[in-house]
Amino acid sequence: MKGNLNLIIEQSRLLKAIARNWAFCFLIFFVVLFSFTGKGFLSIVNFQNIVHLSVIAMFMAAAETFVIISGGIDLSVGFVMGLSSVTAGKIIQTLFNSGNYSVGVCILIGSVIALVVSLIPGLISGIMIAKFKVPPFIATLGMWGITNGIALKICEGFPVASLPDALTKIGNGYTIYFKKGSGINFFSLPEGVANNQIREYLRLIPISFIIIFIVIFVLRHILNNTTFGQHTYAIGGNEDAAIRSGINVQKHIIKIYMLSAFIAGMAGVFNVFQTGIGNFTTFGAMYELFGVAAVVIGGASLMGGKGRLLASIIGVLLIAVLENGLLISGVEPFYRYIAVGFLLILAIVIDQLFPDLF
Amino acid sequence: MQSLMTQKNKDLLLKIGKQWAVIFFVAEIIFFGLTAKGFFTVNVFQIVLFFGTAVMLMAVAELFVIITGGIDLSVGYVMGLSTIIATKLIVYFSASGMPEFWGIFFGIIITLVLGLIPGLINGLLVSRLNVPPFIATFSMLGISHGVSELLLTEGAAKNLPHLANVIGNGHFLYFVKGGGFSFFARPEVARGVKVFELFPNVVVITLIIVAIFAFVLSKTVFGIHTYAIGGNEDSAIRSGINVKNHITKIYMLSSLLASSAGVIYMLKYVTGKADAGASLLLDSIAAVVIGGACLTGGKGTVWRTILGAVIIAVLETGLRILGIPTFDKYIMVGVILILAVLIDRVFPETTYKE
Amino acid sequence: MSYLIETRDITKRFGGLVAVNKVNFGVSPGEVVALLGDNGAGKSTLIKMISGVYPNDGGDILYNGEVVKIHTPIDALAAGIETIYQDLALAENLNVYSNIFLGREKTKKRLGIFHVLDHSYMYDEAVGILKKLDIKIPSLRNNVRTLSGGQRQAVAISRSIYWNAKVLIMDEPTAALGVAQQKQVLDLVNSLKDHGLAIILISHQMHDVFEVADRICVMRRGELVGNLVKKDTTTEEVVSLIVGSEAVS
Repeated sequence: MKGNLNLIIEQSRLLKAIARNWAFCFLIFFVVLFSFTGKGFLSIVNFQNIVHLSVIAMFMAAAETFVIISGGIDLSVGFVMGLSSVTAGKIIQTLFNSGNYSVGVCILIGSVIALVVSLIPGLISGIMIAKFKVPPFIATLGMWGITNGIALKICEGFPVASLPDALTKIGNGYTIYFKKGSGINFFSLPEGVANNQIREYLRLIPISFIIIFIVIFVLRHILNNTTFGQHTYAIGGNEDAAIRSGINVQKHIIKIYMLSAFIAGMAGVFNVFQTGIGNFTTFGAMYELFGVAAVVIGGASLMGGKGRLLASIIGVLLIAVLENGLLISGVEPFYRYIAVGFLLILAIVIDQLFPDLF
Repeated sequence: MQSLMTQKNKDLLLKIGKQWAVIFFVAEIIFFGLTAKGFFTVNVFQIVLFFGTAVMLMAVAELFVIITGGIDLSVGYVMGLSTIIATKLIVYFSASGMPEFWGIFFGIIITLVLGLIPGLINGLLVSRLNVPPFIATFSMLGISHGVSELLLTEGAAKNLPHLANVIGNGHFLYFVKGGGFSFFARPEVARGVKVFELFPNVVVITLIIVAIFAFVLSKTVFGIHTYAIGGNEDSAIRSGINVKNHITKIYMLSSLLASSAGVIYMLKYVTGKADAGASLLLDSIAAVVIGGACLTGGKGTVWRTILGAVIIAVLETGLRILGIPTFDKYIMVGVILILAVLIDRVFPETTYKE
Repeated sequence: MSYLIETRDITKRFGGLVAVNKVNFGVSPGEVVALLGDNGAGKSTLIKMISGVYPNDGGDILYNGEVVKIHTPIDALAAGIETIYQDLALAENLNVYSNIFLGREKTKKRLGIFHVLDHSYMYDEAVGILKKLDIKIPSLRNNVRTLSGGQRQAVAISRSIYWNAKVLIMDEPTAALGVAQQKQVLDLVNSLKDHGLAIILISHQMHDVFEVADRICVMRRGELVGNLVKKDTTTEEVVSLIVGSEAVS
């Protein structure tokens, strides 16, 4: 009898573990599935591609994770990213064309200024939400319009082009270049090898991996192991309790929106490195909504107090694998949207079935 | 500070605070009247309304959802999908030999009926599966976008019959100085004779739709129940309102309105585009909030929402006349949206609560 | 007997409304004072001024006989004034020891620069305080959401005791509990009294009040209308003071 009970408890624990990590289980499932259905899916090159192309989405999801855990939402991240991207692009372009500075200095100054600029929308949203009690949806929707307008003004409606080549060399570079017979090279192709021969080399660990890995590692550390992270959960769980425990909730909320905007700003700078141009964000991109989707798929609740950074990243990967796998398997790309919608709804239903998971 | 203020002053301030949208609107008109050359003409006002039709319809769609305490992110792409469906259907009907008028008529009717489907799914997800509106309608946004792209893989949505253009860009009344007037059709006049065009068809249609929904919200049981659900869902359930069905209907109504905005877009621009309404999410929610609704539900009226939509439309046209790029519009709308909520915060109805 | 915490002519206005009007009130160490009054009588406002939620408009708050400024909850906490609210102010999505340390988390240094949460320290300390108060909770790593009402109450109280509460304000501690759990909480109040705490108890339940309180203060329309020693008074007298009837001599 007692053995039976233990078995049931064990089983329910297993079930809970699966339900808690269902997104991860789905990810494994789809990887296996597409390995059979899609030719060329199961390869290091393709996997590297999937991750490389979803780095921006990972930034977005990381930003939303903090905001959503605190019980808010940030609709402006996509356009803050665009603002940061065109700001970086414009400054690098101006400095580069003036010819007075070396390429490295141009890129450094442009990136740093873009990151600082991207803090401003976060600061404003945060103050409105924390001090004036404007609902996060409205405050960040307002910022959605404002940052988009300013980004378009900066770039006058066109992407900022003719930037130094060094950008894409870093942004699309790899840590290891390998070719049978010519050995291993780190960070760049061997001297004298033309760019059109690049396909002969096996390229491993894109530099973007290292960047996003560090960013995720640091953010996860902040969320899980610091007072800042603990207070973020507390505010999302019970704002009143947080206030009465002496946490400066207003200041904390402002910091959260600044952090979110800063992460979006990093995405914008990264975007310049990846594409070699400063891009404004189009209305159709919906970065913020896909970011929210990934976070919710990762098990967070829009009511706040719940969510894990790595789970959000799994959410991004799940969407990216679906997209890539469906494409390679020859399915019309529009099914991707339906798939994301389905995953979202599944996430909510699982959340309602197992409310005590986190 | 507060105690120094006399009751009379306070009441006056409160009144101004509550009517700030009207005051803002008047100030906006005066500003553009002084700075933008040729702003004060009947024609410009018609243009404002002409370009404002989409925002008005979308804002009313959003209003119903927001009053119930929900949100509908999908309206923009449901509108886009409808422009494509309508265009494709009408082109198909014309190609199969149906008279132009009936082709357009049936095309529009079928589009509007199909336009109920996204709303039905949204409504069922929200009311039956307790999916948060944000998530449910975002899923629907993606799906509508996906279906639009799928429909476009077989070719762009264009080549509508000429009649669509005549309806979409025509006017209700044509008036020739000294030569009488005619309805719908531009009279044949000699060169150089001025024809006054009044009441663009799409504006008339839009205002009729808006008036119907204003009536529905303010004068019918359906409207009262909508406010009741937004005010306190539990008490609505306890007083016997079928809240689940009602919410489903609200989302259907929202996507029907979005779909009608799509039809009007199709008539105006004689083409169908997937992202026709993509940028309207901000505008429509801003219009609703400027109109005094709040996202927690239970508040808002159709005509105030229309005022919000017109404020945005005037802004757009005024900036265009001044030669300022549309980028500034996004900034201004964002600022006004935030301003609207801040004013709501500065003038709360009660200050004391224990 | 000298008061540990005391108010002198303390006043709070909201616009034109005087919520608390020149109230003199105090509690001594090892004493339980019940604060009674109808809804809107001003007892919540009085408590919120003592706990720093509302700054007072007039009068003084004295701590150990000296005038102190209590303008924010942090001031109150620093003075050892802890409040157990009716809704307990627990973050239900966090575990027991995180709640005990909420807002005052113990951190340790990593690599000399990073401050990280010291989970094991907080866990051990939480075990210690629960043991001291003889409170049993299944696992301190469980989220508070999974605990019963009485257990949550115990977590909230042990949090205050851990942080060296000298004055404990309890707002309707038994309101949402079952009979057995009510008994546990009242026992806990009695044992806290023995630990020398000054306890202010807000309650509507006359039975609770007469079981644990030493003194009973009654507020009506923002004013203190009664200050009675429990053993010299009756339920009827207290009730008539609350409702303001003239029947009492």
